[in-house]
Amino acid sequence: MKVLVAVKRVIDYNVRIRVKADQTGVETSNVKMSMNPFDEIAVEEALRLREKGIASEVVIVSIGGQNVQETIRSGLALGADRGIHCETGQEMQPLAIAKILKKIIEKENPNLVILGKQAIDDDSNQTAQMLAALTNWPQGTFASKVVIENNEAIVTREVDGGLETIALKLPAIISTDLRLNEPRYASLPNIMKAKKKEIEVIPVNSLGLDAAPRFTTLKVEEPAKRQSGVKVANISELVQKLVHEAKVI
Amino acid sequence: MTILILAEHDHQNLKSATYATISAAQKIGGDIHVLVAGSKVQSVVTQTGKIAGIHKILVADHAAYEHLLAEDIADLTLSIAKEYEYILAPATAFGKNIAPRIAALLDVQQISDVMEILGQKTYKRPIYAGNAITTIQSSDVKQVLTIRATCFDQALKSETASPQIEIVQGKQAQSQSRFVSQELTVSVRPELTSAKVVISGGRGLQNGENFKLLEDLADRLGAAIGASRAAVDAGYVPNDYQVGQTGKVVAPDLYIAVGISGAIQHLAGMKDSKVIVAINKDEDAPIFQISDYYLVQDLFTAIPEFCQEIDKIRGNGNLGQHKA
Ligand SMILES: Cc1cc2nc3c(=O)[nH]c(=O)nc-3n(C[C@H](O)[C@H](O)[C@H](O)COP(=O)(O)OP(=O)(O)OC[C@H]3O[C@@H](n4cnc5c(N)ncnc54)[C@H](O)[C@@H]3O)c2cc1C
Repeated sequence: MKVLVAVKRVIDYNVRIRVKADQTGVETSNVKMSMNPFDEIAVEEALRLREKGIASEVVIVSIGGQNVQETIRSGLALGADRGIHCETGQEMQPLAIAKILKKIIEKENPNLVILGKQAIDDDSNQTAQMLAALTNWPQGTFASKVVIENNEAIVTREVDGGLETIALKLPAIISTDLRLNEPRYASLPNIMKAKKKEIEVIPVNSLGLDAAPRFTTLKVEEPAKRQSGVKVANISELVQKLVHEAKVI
Repeated sequence: MTILILAEHDHQNLKSATYATISAAQKIGGDIHVLVAGSKVQSVVTQTGKIAGIHKILVADHAAYEHLLAEDIADLTLSIAKEYEYILAPATAFGKNIAPRIAALLDVQQISDVMEILGQKTYKRPIYAGNAITTIQSSDVKQVLTIRATCFDQALKSETASPQIEIVQGKQAQSQSRFVSQELTVSVRPELTSAKVVISGGRGLQNGENFKLLEDLADRLGAAIGASRAAVDAGYVPNDYQVGQTGKVVAPDLYIAVGISGAIQHLAGMKDSKVIVAINKDEDAPIFQISDYYLVQDLFTAIPEFCQEIDKIRGNGNLGQHKA
């Protein structure tokens, strides 16, 4: 069984985000970039399926400029077999990403596609569901457990009331939640090995699809700041303030 | 202009996020239709019928919709989508699961987590865990939006509301996916996302047993209990307690963070609360920077004192009297 994993290059989750003074976006120059944390979980899950002998090949795909190859390479260093870079200099919104991934699915014929549930930059939480729609495959979103058996993916999902388990006929699309697994670190020998692994480059404009943006960004602002607060000396002062000043209890 | 809303419910009650989504639709303006899909949803339909400003309720009551699987609900919505310019769902696990599937089938770029509707297909939404707010304008003919419930009021109820009710024919369930089981957290407390008071615990609680302390306080304040990711990951509490960028977004009147450091991913889920209180033994805990009131104290002494103090001001000094 072949597993395809889609990964995105994003500003590292530890970086303090700064909005540009001209309000056109956030500062990305000289900022540490990493694989989206949810996508690391997706890669890890695929690798575990391979280690269990369920998956035979793990292919990583990423969409963007030249530098996404670093992100693909970091996935290869974790142990994925090969990479596909869909190259574009244009901004790609989730619907366009899903369309591109569908083309890659047609080419690669995976049995399972795993994606992060959201990218921590635009926080959209759409691509997996959209890809499932376009391929007409079943979807298991926000997965915290995945078991493959009898040509089905049994997916436990984190939902607002607790957990829900569903069974999907393969091929299927899964999006990962935080508690699916704890991703490994790349070992030095694997980092070396990854350098020799193949990354196929496919220009997005060769795929013959409408990837034009559907919304334009008019402005990016800092969120409203909260007033800095008051330090209280003890519980009784706190309760007094909550009762008489804030009037919330 | 006609707007379709996907109602989120648990087959008994309409979820509060649905009320907020309806009020977002009222901001857009136009006829509002609410799709109630499920199996045996009569009481949900009745509740929906009491909300002011709804023109029509579409009822799709069929065994196939018992578990609201995305494949079936997207398919159902598609069958009626033609006449709508806007399709709205709450930005909850329910809406996030289904709405993008509908959007893609309509060849629409969904706008997630709408915080504000500015007109002319222009919206504000958070990015980077709410560390930036973007204003975007869509060029799609149809709009598919998920609504951040904490940013909109609850739609009002009306004694005189009498929306039209229309039955939508359900379809046999598809065979690609099926429900297996669910494990829902049972709680006597108010729902986390609509509670007036939320008390959240973090890694500082050390184990699940110690969350009892927070429960004692929650009993006295009528509060819901939440948690940081660290507390959920460590297994102290179930996943649906998680507040944050990737958990639930809450904005209660009072949010009390106990033993939580204040990582940006956590703040993303609670910093719109009216009053924030933080209790942490670390003088430099980042959570203090966004707190209205903060106390540097060990939580294991602070929380029992908090309970005592409340009992005292309420005139019953008997500690533990309200214990569940
Ligand atoms: C992609 C991604 C998504 C994430 N999403 C979320 C999310 O949705 N929600 C979320 O919460 N986190 C999320 N996180 C995790 C986040 O980065 C933090 O790791 C997490 O919030 C830390 O939880 P904490 O504050 O409980 O733990 P810690 O950071 O370990 O803080 C524990 C705090 O408890 C205090 N403490 C310890 N003992 C006591 C005591 N006896 N009395 C008083 N205080 C005490 C300490 O001083 C410390 O400040 C996410 C991370 C990533 C990478």
